[in-house]
Amino acid sequence: MKKFGGPAFFINRDDINTDEIIPAKYLTEITKRALQPHLLEDLILDGKAFDTSAPAFQKAQVLVTRSNFGCGSSREHAVWALEVNDINVVIGTSFARIFRQNMFNCGILAIELAENDVNQLLTFSGEITIDIDLENEKIIAKSDDHTEEFTFSLNPFDKELVGAGGWLAYADQKY
Amino acid sequence: MGQTIAEKIFVAHLRDNPTPDNMVIDIDVIMCHEITTPIAIMDLVDKGMDRVVDPDRIKAVIDHVTPPKDSKTATQAKIMREWARRHKINDFFDIGHNGVCHALFPEKGFIRPGNTVIMGDSHTCTHGAFGAFAAGVGTTDLEVGILKGVCAFRKPASMKVEVTGTLPSGVYAKDIILNIIKTLTVNGATDMVMEFCGPVVEAMNMSSRMTLCNMSVEAGATSGLCLPDKVTAEYLWPFIQDDYSSVEEAAADYKKWHSDVDADYAQTITIDVSNLEPQVTHQYKPDQVKDISELAGTTIDQVYIGSCTNGRIEDIREAASILKGRQVADTVRGILTPATPAIYSQALDEGLIKIFMDAGFCVLNPTCGACLGMSSGVLAEGESCASTTNRNFNGRMGKGGMVHLMSPLSAAAAAVTGQITDPRPMMNA
Repeated sequence: MKKFGGPAFFINRDDINTDEIIPAKYLTEITKRALQPHLLEDLILDGKAFDTSAPAFQKAQVLVTRSNFGCGSSREHAVWALEVNDINVVIGTSFARIFRQNMFNCGILAIELAENDVNQLLTFSGEITIDIDLENEKIIAKSDDHTEEFTFSLNPFDKELVGAGGWLAYADQKY
Repeated sequence: MGQTIAEKIFVAHLRDNPTPDNMVIDIDVIMCHEITTPIAIMDLVDKGMDRVVDPDRIKAVIDHVTPPKDSKTATQAKIMREWARRHKINDFFDIGHNGVCHALFPEKGFIRPGNTVIMGDSHTCTHGAFGAFAAGVGTTDLEVGILKGVCAFRKPASMKVEVTGTLPSGVYAKDIILNIIKTLTVNGATDMVMEFCGPVVEAMNMSSRMTLCNMSVEAGATSGLCLPDKVTAEYLWPFIQDDYSSVEEAAADYKKWHSDVDADYAQTITIDVSNLEPQVTHQYKPDQVKDISELAGTTIDQVYIGSCTNGRIEDIREAASILKGRQVADTVRGILTPATPAIYSQALDEGLIKIFMDAGFCVLNPTCGACLGMSSGVLAEGESCASTTNRNFNGRMGKGGMVHLMSPLSAAAAAVTGQITDPRPMMNA
């Protein structure tokens, strides 16, 4: 099975919608790669424009966020914009249904973690790496001076989709 | 234990039960538009899987940016057009016949009670108004739908939303759903099917029921739906008259889809609308809703009447009732986009388009356009729009723009005064 994890980046806000993840003006693109420079480019955090050029964001492979991530439009472009930026894991307290399904349909992870655990993760400082032990449903978070494990639980069907490499591969084989 | 309508539909369409909580269901209607479908088509072609499960189950339309605004949107339309021809998809709607998908497909009679429907568009929940399970999905789900005719969902939990009381004059389905979203918040119905019922919903026409269901996704719901009844049968009558001897017989048959009295709901909410004021959003989330009196006086630069939420003939009539004999304020750009050619034509016949044009509105062809900031009425930074659409996200209608969601009546009043205005004193005045 594919290995998940890497440098983590925190976006400490609820209700990040898919218009924010990838604005509608880029929905006219017909390749996923074309979305790469535009991930989260119009996001406003605490009243300020989000700096997508920040090195920690540029090298991120895991996003940690709050509740209802990916709400709004069904555009799978939001998932692809993450994928083409090498982000294959989003961790949050909850997800919008369509976004969550789109992640698993693409064979990548939307992990729901208890609010206390997300709060604890957000106290990590410096460079943070998060590794995912999918089989044992554990997150291993490491900063310079600290390592901590958290447990999560995946819907068994979603886990199967990840193992199959996504819904199209799964469905093509089974139906 | 009895079943909800959503459970009945799932059981009737069950293809596979990979786990006790996950159901793979057969999909009756697979809808496609030119924004989310071309990548699915190209991926299927790339993988040597360029097939469709059944061309008659696929309904396709070019609606988001039409006529195309540039080469990229023209290419998306071309990919759709060639795909529809290649696979003999007869229900394909191109320029001259195209309109906003969630208004066009219902008026063609494509959605029937008990159906399952998917589309790569979050407002697919609109079609739940017919007593169908209709869900917005991503491109991969759409791709599998096109290829295999199935889609996977978690076992449906239902929220009963009972709407009671008497709807005051000047207050509409849009105000009710905005108020419900305010109560539930933007993720209050996540992973649930919202079942709208109660005397106010029973008294609604299909247009209002579609408005209600359209915005259920703004509370996070998988779908919204209404129980199919005589109103549903009357709307569908031109399409079902060979199947039933009368509207009454159709309505009686549709009862088989009604939730059982002992059905299990994850949550039940009741809203009494007797004292409801027109509702308006402020800020950038659809649950940030206030009574219109609290926001009265807020300056507006543009008014947009249209979309899958409120671009139907009933909506245009309501707005025209305010605009008749009045002028759009000098500081306001008014834009009307009737949601389908049939609605446009009907509005012409009824003299409504003339009322809009005499008032100073620009009347556009049917398209999704400015609702999602793609074309035909995008806002500049710092501008605000009174809009009959469904999303007020930051930047939705253009970067740096503010969207105030409201009913067509309230939007028309804002057009006249140039600010958010309670429309009720202007009715019949």
